[in-house]
Amino acid sequence: MTATTLELSLGPVLFYWTREDYADFYRAAADWPVETVTLGESVCSRRRDMKLDDWLGIGRELAQSGKRVVLASQTLIESEADLRDLRKLCDNGEFTVEANDQSAVQRLAAAGLPFVAGAALNLYNPASLAVLARAGMQGWQAPVEMSRDDLTRLLTDSREQGLEQPCEVFAYGHLPLAWSSRCFTARRHQKPKDRCQFVCQQYPEGLALRSQESREVFTLNGIQTLSGACQDLRHELPTMAEMGVASARLSPRAEGMAEVVVDFDAARRGALPAPDPLALVEAEVCDGYWYGRPGMDNTRGVAAP
Amino acid sequence: MELVCPAGNLPALKRAVNEGADAVYFGFQNTTNARQFAGLNFTDKRAGEGIDYAHARGKRVFCAINTYPQPDGWAMWTRAVDQAAELGVDALIMADMGLLDYAARRHPGLDRHLSVQGSATSHEALRFYHEQFGIRRAVLPRVLSITQVRDLAKQSPVELEVFAFGSLCIMAEGRCYLSSYLTGESPNTRGVCSPAAHVRWEETPRGLESRLNGVLIDRYAEGERAGYPTLCKGRFAVDGETYHAIEEPTSLNTLELLPELAELGISAVKIEGRQRSPAYVSKVAGIWRQALDRVARAPGHFRADPAWMAGLGELSEGATTTLGAYERRWK
Repeated sequence: MTATTLELSLGPVLFYWTREDYADFYRAAADWPVETVTLGESVCSRRRDMKLDDWLGIGRELAQSGKRVVLASQTLIESEADLRDLRKLCDNGEFTVEANDQSAVQRLAAAGLPFVAGAALNLYNPASLAVLARAGMQGWQAPVEMSRDDLTRLLTDSREQGLEQPCEVFAYGHLPLAWSSRCFTARRHQKPKDRCQFVCQQYPEGLALRSQESREVFTLNGIQTLSGACQDLRHELPTMAEMGVASARLSPRAEGMAEVVVDFDAARRGALPAPDPLALVEAEVCDGYWYGRPGMDNTRGVAAP
Repeated sequence: MELVCPAGNLPALKRAVNEGADAVYFGFQNTTNARQFAGLNFTDKRAGEGIDYAHARGKRVFCAINTYPQPDGWAMWTRAVDQAAELGVDALIMADMGLLDYAARRHPGLDRHLSVQGSATSHEALRFYHEQFGIRRAVLPRVLSITQVRDLAKQSPVELEVFAFGSLCIMAEGRCYLSSYLTGESPNTRGVCSPAAHVRWEETPRGLESRLNGVLIDRYAEGERAGYPTLCKGRFAVDGETYHAIEEPTSLNTLELLPELAELGISAVKIEGRQRSPAYVSKVAGIWRQALDRVARAPGHFRADPAWMAGLGELSEGATTTLGAYERRWK
């Protein structure tokens, strides 16, 4: 395989934006050099500005622009209402679903529909891949905490067992690390979750949680906790392609995403732009997981601001 | 309702059985179980003794093999499954889909329980595990309200076990990677959370500081009670304000909910804490035995004994307890 075979994939927006923001973002994304766009609300069922029909509308436009469109299911399913929404999503009739919970797998398998397995399904070994392949899986995401060496081994062993399925790696963005029934953004605003007043919409890139020494540790995003640093694996794309990784996921952010996509597109062609010293000041960067280290580590040694 | 108690070692197993546990659960001395602590857990020989001890008294023994087999370690996990089967445990507690599949094929007659690490929070998810691997029971994550547990119990295809008492994970279990983000080791990969090898305590002019792999988790003023630096229970700054931004140091205690859990048809209540001392396990098991017996005798007239609550309170993190997600307003 060569580096040019690596696809780029735009992950779902993990934050809660306004309808206008989503529309603007995806209008721009239609022209970006990404092969796949995954849409939908995968974090919190209370975020209801966008209905399934709205996502389908955006999906159709992106499909017309030549993108492969996938709909992401909610990761933490808690209630009967969540299950009703999940059924509607699975039965959308147009686009493949990214299953982020076994509830979705069950629903999709029963309906005989193919699906993509999300990173939270915890696929760490070929035997698990085999179970989901039998259920209709057609692609999967590596767990966010998996290292390059472990993934190499897993890809090799899977191929030997006849389980060659496209694998996606989370290559850019704040890493999704946890989901809770508690909303940490509402907690910050001292509001109960049931009457959260959608305060997370005030934070289009999440709410920074810092240590008492001002180190960015995590990013609060409603019920979801993301990494404090932004994972950036742009330097690893040629290695990924050699390993047989099919695509690199870029997780949307509110500002500067077009530039990120352009840089990754250049990087996958082996033309990595010189580092922009200004860009590095804006956010802490990490790549530790890829090297089998704590996820927050930055092996390229760019000092935190 | 069955009382399921933790056994980090043989003395804890015996004390739990003696105090009235209906079942105990244990793990082997490696990363195949989610409480991988130095000096904890069972060799084959010890496990055999523990199983004999429990079985001789009519009690059951479950083996937790509930981490996720890593790409270079598949054989270690399947060996643990085979060992447990050979030792004659009454059930395996597992999370990984591949390992559940292995156990179902290799040891079809041995009961399989879905670990809390399997993250099943809906009856659709439970149906998946039931249809794919024939699980008999599932342990529910500590993220559901009692109303949600009620809805789920109505349609569950399998027995349900819920957490009764102990450390409170507030993230959906099995999908929390916070620990490996800070330390490189997580419950899924290594069976640890905020592992002790990465913990540093330091007296400073600003107060006593606890760190996890260098990251300041909390800082205590003179006289403040310091707790283990579990990363989600530290004090952090958000928007310029410093507080327990994720969760306070507190333990889950659902004793007051017992009549309701019984009415919902919950099959078992689980005590967390294989890392705790035999004395701790013994005290907690004893209190819960009395409570369960009282519920069984008169479910309509159950009152939690204040002495029980005080006893459990003393054994709790930060000496406080919560109903956690079972109570809607906690969220």
